[in-house]
Amino acid sequence: MLGKTAGGLYWMFRFLERAENTARLVEAGFRIALTRSSDSASEWKSVVTTAGVRNGYMEKYDSFAGPTVIDYLLRDTANPSSVMSVIENARMNARLVRTVLTTEVWEAVNENWMTLKEALRRPIRETELPGILGTIRQQSALVRGAMHGTMMRNDIFDFAQIGTALERADNTARIIDVKYYTLLPSASFVGSPLDNVQWETILRSVSAHRSFRWLNQDDMNSSNIADFLILDSRFPRSLSFCSRNLDENLGFLAKDYGVRMPCNDLVERQRDKLRAHTIGSIFDEGLHQFIGAFIRDNNAIGMQIEQDYRFNG
Amino acid sequence: MTEKRQHFDEMLLDGDGVRQPYDAYQEWFFNEDPTRLTKKSKEAEAFFRRTGITFNVYGQEEAQERLIPFDLIPRIISNREWTRLSKGIEQRVRAINAFLHDIYHRQEILRAGVVPPHLIAQNDAFLPQMIGMSPPGGVYTHIVGTDIVRTGENEFFVLEDNARTPSGVSYMLENRETMLQMFPELFSQNKVQPVSDYPKNLRRSLAACAPAGCNGKPTVAVLTPGIHNSAYFEHSFLADQMGVELVEGHDLRVVDGRIAMRTTQGYQNIDVLYRRVDDDFLDPLNFNPDSMLGVPGIMDVYRAGGITIANAPGTGISDDKAIYSYMPEIVEFYTGEKAILKNVQTWRCSEPEALQYVLDNLSELVVKEVHGSGGYGMLVGPAASKKEIASFAVKLKKNPSNYIAQPTLSLSTVPIFVKKGLSPRHVDLRPFVLVSPKEVKITPGGLTRVALKAGSLVVNSSQGGGTKDTWVLED
Repeated sequence: MLGKTAGGLYWMFRFLERAENTARLVEAGFRIALTRSSDSASEWKSVVTTAGVRNGYMEKYDSFAGPTVIDYLLRDTANPSSVMSVIENARMNARLVRTVLTTEVWEAVNENWMTLKEALRRPIRETELPGILGTIRQQSALVRGAMHGTMMRNDIFDFAQIGTALERADNTARIIDVKYYTLLPSASFVGSPLDNVQWETILRSVSAHRSFRWLNQDDMNSSNIADFLILDSRFPRSLSFCSRNLDENLGFLAKDYGVRMPCNDLVERQRDKLRAHTIGSIFDEGLHQFIGAFIRDNNAIGMQIEQDYRFNG
Repeated sequence: MTEKRQHFDEMLLDGDGVRQPYDAYQEWFFNEDPTRLTKKSKEAEAFFRRTGITFNVYGQEEAQERLIPFDLIPRIISNREWTRLSKGIEQRVRAINAFLHDIYHRQEILRAGVVPPHLIAQNDAFLPQMIGMSPPGGVYTHIVGTDIVRTGENEFFVLEDNARTPSGVSYMLENRETMLQMFPELFSQNKVQPVSDYPKNLRRSLAACAPAGCNGKPTVAVLTPGIHNSAYFEHSFLADQMGVELVEGHDLRVVDGRIAMRTTQGYQNIDVLYRRVDDDFLDPLNFNPDSMLGVPGIMDVYRAGGITIANAPGTGISDDKAIYSYMPEIVEFYTGEKAILKNVQTWRCSEPEALQYVLDNLSELVVKEVHGSGGYGMLVGPAASKKEIASFAVKLKKNPSNYIAQPTLSLSTVPIFVKKGLSPRHVDLRPFVLVSPKEVKITPGGLTRVALKAGSLVVNSSQGGGTKDTWVLED
């Protein structure tokens, strides 16, 4: 496969994952704003921060109101991470690598783009927002379904999975990073109503509020939540799950090509580190430091992959 | 359908009824419910959008990707008509290859005084880098898209030879797929010669032209200028259909005297490059130094026999419209036979008498740039305003040798489907020809382009033209 094609696949799936994650962040923010309106401005602020676009947003607006945040994160093509921008990018990369996609996958991506372009053409009214967020989720599900149902399990599939896993790990880590203080087991916070709001937001941002409840019943506390998001390898958005996924797919590539690359070592180190920890030892080391280091490692793995498989020459 | 038409219609006869190739089709058509056809027409458009069969229009930010409108009435050609046409095309394509070999070698045709030497020597499309160079297998024009127009029952003319990088073949293939999906019953009622082998034949034909040093299965790749090129869809479509890599200049470099592409596992050699990049941009070291689209040094590898470039650099000279005007003589010179297909009468504005005639008759003529393509920069006299004609005359007088003129042909029409039923529109035809050392292969039919505006003669997709599926019947 061409290095450029591998890069195109990797980025196509990073962008698709990003679109879904951004939509989920907006959904969580919207839900909190509706149900706990007293603190909605600071909630929207942390949504913008988590999406990693705070500077761009501040250049354009000077307060964090729901409608402007929603517009910026979903529609604004001046925001390179808005859903519209990343779906454009995903499709552009899909066009670039079209020869390695099945017709079904290409059509799903193209239809995703056409549907969202239409849905996000005009500013979004509050009444339409749930429907639009649903559309975004549904469209990504269609792409993923086409992908899993029709693509060969070869290096093409591996690069797609690698992009997805890397982006997803980054997203979950950033959610924890922005709200790490609400997950600290310091006595003064535990069980306060404020905590409950924050915890709910975190869980909703990764669509885990239901599964978490099923697993933990009434036992909602910071340590359980942090454990779930970081170390629970059953949860498909946990750092541990993503890291395993990345490791496996890079492993398939190494086996397929018959060469082990530096990125294989990097991801193995990351996975070992996660395996060696308990949530208690993470808190001892410092949650913030731990997450910061994870994000840096994750980026480094991404850059190593680009180099090892010659995405850019 | 009682009004007297001025143009030859390929379907509808002047009185009642249809021409013979349309017999079976018309029976089907007149039993169809027009509202169902309208619905089908919308379905076809949605299908094209979803599959992304689009082209980019330069300089139109808003509509970056546009659809080429598809008309669901097929253009039908009888086997007898096709046999004659394809013979004529093959003859012409063989002559063009012989001509290209000759002008880059001994230049017999110039010595014989058939073509004036200045048309070659002073032509930008003539590449000195190709002098004395013989492309692998002796093939210059691996892919040709001869533009043909019709003016009567037995009147066919070649309008352009398109020996450089003809586009549109993806539409020919997708139009047929669309018709098969929408109206499968038509294909059991009519025996239509298939076109779907084109990608397989293209790959074989290209592989057959691999350089002598290539042992084993040749590696073929398609070179595209990139995702923003107007024909990018076609480039990726063809690569996909052939099962070969789609590369851009920055994926390639010279490695040990070969052209190699950067893969996830290192550099891999390419034997045959089907390039959709113009000569000028092919190699910044040998041609336009600012080109970012090409591969530095590819011409040196080519000259040393390390790679096949399809079509060969320098074939553009045979697309020159002044050279075109000599094509009947060129065909006769190399084949010893009279040209089967007619040329359109052409006035070379470089010649003072011709220029005077053209200036006196601008309102009746079509004037084209000698290197022009895509319908840009031309004047269609009968459709132009007085002002347009006057300003074109100024351009023409300033640089006469840049232009040729032709009579406005009364192009044949084929009806398109409109709300009220059928309405005649002018068409042309671009059959696609594959040339390998062993054979010349022509896909039955080709791309029919249709001017969607009533009365218009401009069929180019960049100027609002559409396309039709083109059928060649079995018997």
